[in-house]
Amino acid sequence: MNGPQDLGGQMGFGPVAPEMDEPYFHAEWEKRALGVTLATGGFGAWNIDESRHARESLHPAIYYAATYYEIWIRALEILLKRHGFLSDADLAAGEAVDAAATPKCVLRAEDVAATLAKGGPCDRPVAGAPLFKAGDRVRARNFNPTGHTRLPRYARGKCGTVERVHEGFVFPDTNAHGKGENPQRVYTVVFSGGEIWGEGADPTLTVSIDAWESYLEAA
Amino acid sequence: MAHDHNHEHDNDLDPFAARVRALETILTRKGLIDPAAVDAIVDTYETRVGPRNGALVVAKAWSDPTFADWLKRDATAAIASLGFTGRQGEHMQAVFNTPDTHNLVVCTLCSCYPWSVLGLPPVWYKAPPYRSRAVIDPRGVLEEFGLRLPAETKIRVWDSTAELRYLVVPLRPEGTEGLPEERLADLVTRDSMIGAGLARQPA
Repeated sequence: MNGPQDLGGQMGFGPVAPEMDEPYFHAEWEKRALGVTLATGGFGAWNIDESRHARESLHPAIYYAATYYEIWIRALEILLKRHGFLSDADLAAGEAVDAAATPKCVLRAEDVAATLAKGGPCDRPVAGAPLFKAGDRVRARNFNPTGHTRLPRYARGKCGTVERVHEGFVFPDTNAHGKGENPQRVYTVVFSGGEIWGEGADPTLTVSIDAWESYLEAA
Repeated sequence: MAHDHNHEHDNDLDPFAARVRALETILTRKGLIDPAAVDAIVDTYETRVGPRNGALVVAKAWSDPTFADWLKRDATAAIASLGFTGRQGEHMQAVFNTPDTHNLVVCTLCSCYPWSVLGLPPVWYKAPPYRSRAVIDPRGVLEEFGLRLPAETKIRVWDSTAELRYLVVPLRPEGTEGLPEERLADLVTRDSMIGAGLARQPA
């Protein structure tokens, strides 16, 4: 979706302002936000693509005003409600009022190290030969889906060169919506700064994206 | 305009602190989360998984051409051989700076970052100014980090739009011949492994 998350090339947000010797957390609640987000992700009720889509579906005014952990928590409340683990009555009371759905798994402290070390690989076997090979010229399709996609707006309709052919990966555009993993090959595609940004672009700049096969067509 | 009262932002009174606490309470009472598991997750990313991991990978790549070659071909396996695996590091790629080309990593669409080697991302990496400008004005962004690249240096920006996570291998500073890997790792900053800086010069 053309949501607030699709930031590449937008203007007006000001300087980056890196913080020297930045701590990992700026408040105690940020630690809990991280831990609760990861622990509930272990329910197996939603996947990383659905959670990304929940975050980018926040209203732009909220998304841009929020810190990243706020974005996480706002989206997490939506996911928990959508999947029956949390109700408006619970939130209004600040207490467990309604019964919850049963998760596939509740993460226990003794399993945290192994779970985090294992991660969640999303490469998947795909049948057939890749459509493109390194060196091929490709065009990123121009589409504007209302659902989740990982093709940024700045690349749509632009021509680039395939640099590397990767294995198959879960396709986020369907996986985010409970429509299956439908793995596709992923390609690293390199665009010149001029192709993307046009007049005045930095002539020394190239930008790459990692694009699922169906995002691309031969150019 | 006069505005002279002090804002005392006590964390316990912060509305968002209350919101997260309520959420954790509700989920705990429902038996859905184990607060000790939340503690263990926080402890992992506060004390165990951080940019020292990545610095050790870079130092080994600087010291050992065979490892550097492996890192180029199969970063996930090469990094795993040092014991660094896991969440948001499942599919790694190492990109090597050269005298001609400087690499910079961003996630314009969210906050994708190689946790297994760099730990949790800094706030600026996740915030709109960096995510919006890294792909269109990387030189301007780098100058805000105090890094002014020669005009002829090529800049390659890697937008982490899929599940590949990128680790920049900065150039090895001159005058570091013979330094052991542990000492070399001290020169490898987090920012240099994102591309937002260079490795430190030895003292």
